[in-house]
Amino acid sequence: MWKFIAKRLVSMIPVLLGVTLIIYLIMSMAPGDPAKVILGEQATPEQIAELREEMGLNDPVLVQYGRYISGLVRGDMGESYNSGLPCQVEIFARFPNTLRLATVAVTISVILALPLGVLAAVKQNTLFDGISMVIALIGISMPVFWLGLLLILAFSLNLGWFPSSGSEGLRSMVLPAITLGFNHMASIARITRSSMLEVIRQDYIRTARAKGVSEKNVITKHALKNALIPTITVVGLQIGAMLGGSVMTESVFAWPGIGRLMVQSINKRDIPMVLGCVIMFSVSFSIINLIVDILYGFVDPRIKSQYK
Amino acid sequence: MSENTKNVNAAEIAAKYKKKSQTADIFRRLAKNKTAMIGLIVVILLLILALSADLLFDFEIDITKQNISDRLQAPSSDHIFGTDEMGRDIFKRVCYGAKYSLLISFVAATISLAIGLVFGAIAGYYGGWADMIIMRFMDVLLAIPGTLLAIAIVASLGTSIPNLIIALSVSGIPGFSRIVRSSVLTVRDAEYIEAAKAIGANDRIIIFGHVLPNGMAPLIVQSTLRIASVILTTAGLSFLGLGVPAPHPEWGAMLSNARSYIRDYSYMALFPGLAIMTTILCLNLLGDGLRDALDPRLK
Repeated sequence: MWKFIAKRLVSMIPVLLGVTLIIYLIMSMAPGDPAKVILGEQATPEQIAELREEMGLNDPVLVQYGRYISGLVRGDMGESYNSGLPCQVEIFARFPNTLRLATVAVTISVILALPLGVLAAVKQNTLFDGISMVIALIGISMPVFWLGLLLILAFSLNLGWFPSSGSEGLRSMVLPAITLGFNHMASIARITRSSMLEVIRQDYIRTARAKGVSEKNVITKHALKNALIPTITVVGLQIGAMLGGSVMTESVFAWPGIGRLMVQSINKRDIPMVLGCVIMFSVSFSIINLIVDILYGFVDPRIKSQYK
Repeated sequence: MSENTKNVNAAEIAAKYKKKSQTADIFRRLAKNKTAMIGLIVVILLLILALSADLLFDFEIDITKQNISDRLQAPSSDHIFGTDEMGRDIFKRVCYGAKYSLLISFVAATISLAIGLVFGAIAGYYGGWADMIIMRFMDVLLAIPGTLLAIAIVASLGTSIPNLIIALSVSGIPGFSRIVRSSVLTVRDAEYIEAAKAIGANDRIIIFGHVLPNGMAPLIVQSTLRIASVILTTAGLSFLGLGVPAPHPEWGAMLSNARSYIRDYSYMALFPGLAIMTTILCLNLLGDGLRDALDPRLK
């Protein structure tokens, strides 16, 4: 297993280099002179030229990228055009908030989706199945930012149960986590249902029933474990979408995570900060994919044997 | 008429008949699925609305002209969805907004499909170095969450409709490439491809005339779902102020504008959101229906 993890970690390096290169090249296409942005409108052409030289902006873009990467591996993401502070300071200060929100959202979505998907499959073609799948379809089709606004309207402005913004205390996390998790709950419930439907028609399930195993054990011990592989894949894939969704959710609820920081930085044309945020998101996404790959081994012994 | 010509004509007729009957068979199966048909009908209606938006409404008078005396009117017989803070009719703006959401997503999805098709076909058909270089590049693009990649591109290039289309197209290319590549790999060594090679067909004819038409099923489904996903991303970017610029009535931009008035004028946020949800829902229903109709196991 450790060998597999080490292999996957090594294979992540070229991907991450590629990700940073692409993001760097995209960001370097941004119009406007960074030296002008930093010095302001009053700067003389001489001052601008001096700063450009100092920042290495006259070098070819690949040389600039090389410098950025060598800084990045030492934990240096460059200086914010806006505050002049190192970008990593603000990004690392806000990252735990995004992680906290995403973790709670994933937990809520998995806790709700698994029983919903399993019950819908077990009670296929009943009213419960119909209603739960309609809820799932609505969940998939609902934009996160609209759901966020509706939840704020209902539970914050009308009922006053939860705050509509901020990140203080558990209560402030409820609405953003539901907003972020609902869409994923719907996707996970749908895939769990279809995966369960396939598994419960297998011969070994019929055998288990014929042996007199209780229905509860058939479902939880025999069917569910085998139906979980596609579910885990979807959970992993959904986390990528969730990171994108967190940008919207954090903006709706003024949640102080890196999604909101990124939007604020875009509005201020603070390119190093935007670059740092996108790289942080992409690195997190790659690490999550690695964790999902490792999880497969725990669920499916056939995959575990391939690791050896 | 010689025997040979007769045989060729018979083969052509048989191929034509088979092709027609396969398409008819798929449509027959799709037509049996009521929810998919509802999805299809609504999507067609929305497309007609999007294409005829400029004929139905005057952009200056109906969509952007301010009418302060009518501002913030609740839904009524005069304004069935109410009016916004500038006195503009929300119903007309939501209808006109279909033009932006649908056309941007159709164009972006088509560009992604076209580029993904070429890359995926080259990678799958030629294999070797071409496959390795293209697919590693696609792996890198896939390692960046789609919405974030689109945000990064718009943030860099600036907010405009063409830049938005570029951003949305780029983020869709890896998904299509992978599907096309796997479709190509499954049919690349089939006998009819060997036969085409034997009669001297060049690579272009083999790829676009024989390989791709036989791997279209997953692409059709992916295209439908991609359009839905692009509509969501477009609305999301506009909501963040990075999508369609004002005063164009894109649904996400309308929702963003409604945020400030949500406490007292919640209808302003209700209708654009419903429009997005209905469109995505119908595209998802259609995509699910197409997947079932194209799945030979469910015949």
